[in-house]
Amino acid sequence: MTALPASFADLEAVIEWALPTERERYQKRMDSSMDELHAFYDLVAPRVSDARDYLDQFDLAAMPPDAQRLMWLVFSLIIVSFAVEVFGVPLVPDTGSAYMERAGEPPTFPV
Amino acid sequence: MTDTQLPTPRRRSTSMPFEKPEEGWTLRAGLDTGDVSFDDSTDPRYFEDELEAVFRRSWLHIGREFQIPEPGDYFTRAVPGLGTSLLVTRGRDGVVRAFHNMCTHRGNKLVWEGHPKNEVCGNARRFACKYHGWQFDPEGNLRFVNKEEWFCDAIDKSEYGLVPVACDTWEGFIFVNLDPKPRETLQEAVGPFVEGLAGYPFDQLTQMYTFTCEAQANWKIFLDAMVEQYHGNTLHYKLVDQNAAGPLRGAVGSHFEVFDRNSIWSVAVPAGSLDKESSVREVRPLEKLFQSNLWGQENGPDIGRPEELPLLNLTRNPGWTNDMFHIYPNFDMLVWDRDWIMVYSTWPLAVDRVLFEARMYFPPPRNASDRFAQEITAVEFKEFLLQDANLLECAQSMLSTGVRSNFPLCDEEVLVRNNHRTSREAVEAYRRERAENRRP
Repeated sequence: MTALPASFADLEAVIEWALPTERERYQKRMDSSMDELHAFYDLVAPRVSDARDYLDQFDLAAMPPDAQRLMWLVFSLIIVSFAVEVFGVPLVPDTGSAYMERAGEPPTFPV
Repeated sequence: MTDTQLPTPRRRSTSMPFEKPEEGWTLRAGLDTGDVSFDDSTDPRYFEDELEAVFRRSWLHIGREFQIPEPGDYFTRAVPGLGTSLLVTRGRDGVVRAFHNMCTHRGNKLVWEGHPKNEVCGNARRFACKYHGWQFDPEGNLRFVNKEEWFCDAIDKSEYGLVPVACDTWEGFIFVNLDPKPRETLQEAVGPFVEGLAGYPFDQLTQMYTFTCEAQANWKIFLDAMVEQYHGNTLHYKLVDQNAAGPLRGAVGSHFEVFDRNSIWSVAVPAGSLDKESSVREVRPLEKLFQSNLWGQENGPDIGRPEELPLLNLTRNPGWTNDMFHIYPNFDMLVWDRDWIMVYSTWPLAVDRVLFEARMYFPPPRNASDRFAQEITAVEFKEFLLQDANLLECAQSMLSTGVRSNFPLCDEEVLVRNNHRTSREAVEAYRRERAENRRP
């Protein structure tokens, strides 16, 4: 039994990024070094197109748990991409102690 | 950061995509062009009067009808800064109503679970108070008094219904007015947008993301950064163009329509383009793959938007990206060409503290691709907003010193000027009225 669909076994190495909420994903970005963010990005970004094609075959409301985790990995890639592609640091520059909560979001898991 | 203008790798068009009126936006809106005082954002006495004059007399957006589609559906909603919690219901007659969320027996908060600060929603035939068990129906009537015979005087149930709050809806947006006798109807407050946006398929946009940000800034100072593009290429230059080495100059362009207290800000942002040829910057890999960025998803689900609406992209600009509709005092709705909307509510917690709420509404995603596209928009918005929120705390901290109170605003900042004016005029009218009432 693997956490991710068999064809994405290479991404098991970063399975700790398969986090169901934006709050957890954003926090993990803040808690990571740029080396760690690059390592994650470099592994997942080349597979994101395949992940999209794989996930598009499912009904969003009835996604198997392993596909769901793959989806969360892509969500994490989106959050990490701003640190890697835009800012070069985990925290958005010039944001001091500003904090913004995503207080509500569509669920990506059975509720 | 460097304050030097450095060359950028791509040539930027500096042409204005909108025809600017000869006299400029400010004079066209009937406003003067002099310095603006921000004392209205630092003076505690002004703030106290503003709560009464502006917030307790205006229509305030507190939810959407789709949150309570069925009879008996309800949600609770604190009104930030104004010290009350509301119970919003759909009655068995289908009517949406709002009440102060208070039992009429001993004043306890009527509907809550676990922690009284947590909002709750659901469906109920009766709301039972946790204190002594009095029960109310979704229309606000008192229906049951526990041990009624214990009361010395007979309880006339019609005297003890929930305290109502004026409530009305526009295009599915629920508004309340805390004034016991509202001075205008919601239709009057929404004004030209009633007809100007009639037919927009708001009901198709039900995929909701909610953001909250509490910041140490006056609510107007916070809103000021949401109503002009002048700061975009400076504060947000890396988000506008990740290859930029420093703040950018270049393409800006807006069309402003001021309808007294309400306004439209119509925008065509070249950086929003996802087209490799026409974009003023390099499109990032995920933007390209999912055809999405802050401006929304290209070719997302079809929501059946009519070809033209009178006030949407009212100049019919081919490069149009989005409009912002301001409804006095604190409702701002961005309607994007790529078929989604975002609503801001800016709440006054203290003279120097704001609760900013933003809600994004997308069409339900058809598949994972749509879901990723919407996630990109939601994530990018937060990156932008964090920069604004921090900067506005910086601004407030220095404004509060009072070392200077008058500031120059350019023509592109006309809505900053107008929003401060509308607050000031309401407070001045309220103060005159209060003085009149004090006279013997």
